[in-house]
Amino acid sequence: MNEMIQIVFFMVAFVALSPLLGKFMAKVFMGENHFMKPVLGWLERSVYRVSGIKSEEEMNWKTYTYGILLFNFSGMVFLFLLQMFHAYLPLNTEKLPNVSWHLSFNTAVSFVTNTNWQSYSGENTLSYLVQMIGLTVQNFVSAGTGVAVLLALVRGLTRKTTENLGNFWADMTRIVIYVLLPLSIVLTMLFVGQGAVQTFSHYARATTLQGTEQVIPLGPAASQSAIKQLGTNGGGFFNANAAHPFESPTPFTNFLGMLALLLISGGLVFTYGHYTNSRRQAWTIFITMFILFAAGLALSLWAEYGHNNVLNIAGNMEGKETRFGVANSVLYSVITTDASCGAVNCMHDSLSPLSGLVSMFNVMLGEIIFGGVGAGLYGMVIFVLLTVFIAGLMVGRTPEYLGKKVEAFEVKMAIFAVLAPSIVIKLFSAIACTVPAGLAGLNNSGPHGLSEILYAFSSAAGNNGSAFAGLNTNTVFYNLMLGFGMIIGRFGVIVPVMAIAGSMGRKKITPVSSGTFKTDNWLFVLLLLSVIIIVGGLTFFPPLALGPVVEHFLMNLGVTY
Amino acid sequence: MNEEKENIMKTQLLIALKFFLVMTVLTGIAYPLMMTGLAQLCFPSKANGSLIMKNGKIAGYELIGQKFDSSIYFWSRPSAVDYNPVPSGASNFGPTSSKLQKQVSERRMLFAARNSITDLASIPKEMIFASASGLDPHISPEAALCQLNRVATARNFNAVQKQKIHQLIKGMTEGPQYFIFGEPRINVFKLNLAVDNIR
Repeated sequence: MNEMIQIVFFMVAFVALSPLLGKFMAKVFMGENHFMKPVLGWLERSVYRVSGIKSEEEMNWKTYTYGILLFNFSGMVFLFLLQMFHAYLPLNTEKLPNVSWHLSFNTAVSFVTNTNWQSYSGENTLSYLVQMIGLTVQNFVSAGTGVAVLLALVRGLTRKTTENLGNFWADMTRIVIYVLLPLSIVLTMLFVGQGAVQTFSHYARATTLQGTEQVIPLGPAASQSAIKQLGTNGGGFFNANAAHPFESPTPFTNFLGMLALLLISGGLVFTYGHYTNSRRQAWTIFITMFILFAAGLALSLWAEYGHNNVLNIAGNMEGKETRFGVANSVLYSVITTDASCGAVNCMHDSLSPLSGLVSMFNVMLGEIIFGGVGAGLYGMVIFVLLTVFIAGLMVGRTPEYLGKKVEAFEVKMAIFAVLAPSIVIKLFSAIACTVPAGLAGLNNSGPHGLSEILYAFSSAAGNNGSAFAGLNTNTVFYNLMLGFGMIIGRFGVIVPVMAIAGSMGRKKITPVSSGTFKTDNWLFVLLLLSVIIIVGGLTFFPPLALGPVVEHFLMNLGVTY
Repeated sequence: MNEEKENIMKTQLLIALKFFLVMTVLTGIAYPLMMTGLAQLCFPSKANGSLIMKNGKIAGYELIGQKFDSSIYFWSRPSAVDYNPVPSGASNFGPTSSKLQKQVSERRMLFAARNSITDLASIPKEMIFASASGLDPHISPEAALCQLNRVATARNFNAVQKQKIHQLIKGMTEGPQYFIFGEPRINVFKLNLAVDNIR
């Protein structure tokens, strides 16, 4: 009973707060006056001055994309070098050695692409310096990049015959300064107030009551945890991520963490409504996302509370924390895979087969159920365009969205954006299943072993970052394969989305007539859901059947591996 | 045309580098430093991990679980890292893992034998499964109550002292936070510290 109340309370808080944040963000991104402007306006202006940004100068899609790629590539190089040489740099309190080249590559790509896949454990691999000026920075700017791409797309969809899609640098500055930074500051203080650590001290040594020595890692964890939730990054300061008592010490921090990781993505849907001047468009998309979220949650809860015939218990606690219990763990696992966050408060590897399936499937759909900040919504708009196109084919009219014609070029790009991550997931998983280097990392065998590999590449290509963490991926093979998977999954979507933004921007807007196909009603919700399930989902039915589905039936028979 | 393109590319590259530097200073240095300063000012004890001292030495951290397997202490949960926090972590055994099956059945037998429990199904779940962090500081109040007899016996406590432990368990049980969040739980480390002080 109390479990149900907690879940409903979370949903109500999320649905109530999203429109408010959405409205605020619309004001920020449109350059209007808002209550944060007098407080932080000076900071925005100084960033422009120091970096040489002319914020009113708009860019066409190519320059905008070029800015994105340049900026992200610089970040990758810097982060790669920082890890390779952090032993020679300050704030390495535990004298940790330099990170290997392949792990540095993987982690650099991972944090720049907003994936935050971790082949390492924070507490015995990275210095405080790397965590701060390397990872925390990318937590902010990779989230900012996602929102910037979304803004360019929205401008392309809503503006009349223009090449101008906004200024990438100004968009980034506003997202970071007015949205991510203030929210992170508040969240950090709430986290610390509950017991999360925020210090630069050395690791501590305690003599336990039973008389053994315990080394306890500390660090500036709260400030990084806050932004890793808000920016749907998900890379934990410590290995256990949001299950670690120093990252999420109480059930309340758990609740805040869940809200933070979903809120900006939810809010952006309403920001989209402000840009398109239509609340109904926003609600149509929001409801579609919410239905997918709720359906996944229901199945996952049912599966996790179901009886496990192997362990002879229902609702087991393997890989779960006492303070969160089963319900909060399942809720978190669903949210974090919906939102492309990848922070975890329980170990997904130990979830029941069908709960693991829900997590994996959420990622495979392309991270569009609220999704990563910005990335979720631009991914969803891709599906909206495909739906409009398919609906247009069925009734034999030229498909239109928001008064603009959807033509061959846009559909080609949309298909490319859907296929790029899907190909990574299936092809790379297939390779890993057939070479010894791929199979060497497995922690579980049987169908669950397949699930571990499949989950890893889904997580990489979907830029999620959560894992069936038993799989040991700190090897040359996995670090490289997952690294390339993340790059394709990120930029293989961003570039076609930007191309769509450019080509849609050049089109004129035809006024609404009685023959216009409506994209803001329940019929459209239904069509959109079908397209998502058919295009995004059916692709993965065969591997899912061999992994989690077969494992579910074997578990019922009590078979072990 | 080409020259113009080249110019745009050069300007953008320069902005990219400068902007990256500015962001690094702002979000990578100013932000964590400011947060650390503010945290140390407002919550000095919590920001440093809620340290617990005993006889002038660090006995542990309130939120980081410790290994308890001696008869005179309330046991903490099984841990995949044996309560060694560098690094934290879990078993990551899947639901059809034979290793997990074996571990769980061994833990069931051990817990039942040591605490004189006859009905195996009544053992609280968290006592036979390893936590996510490997450092879970809590167990459920039920899990504490079913260890009460063993702890009291091992310490040769009389009825009054045993009653004191019972009251400690009651008093130290935390309900759902703010009436709604999370599960009822008790901090094993703090409970054992308090039990050590019963005279």
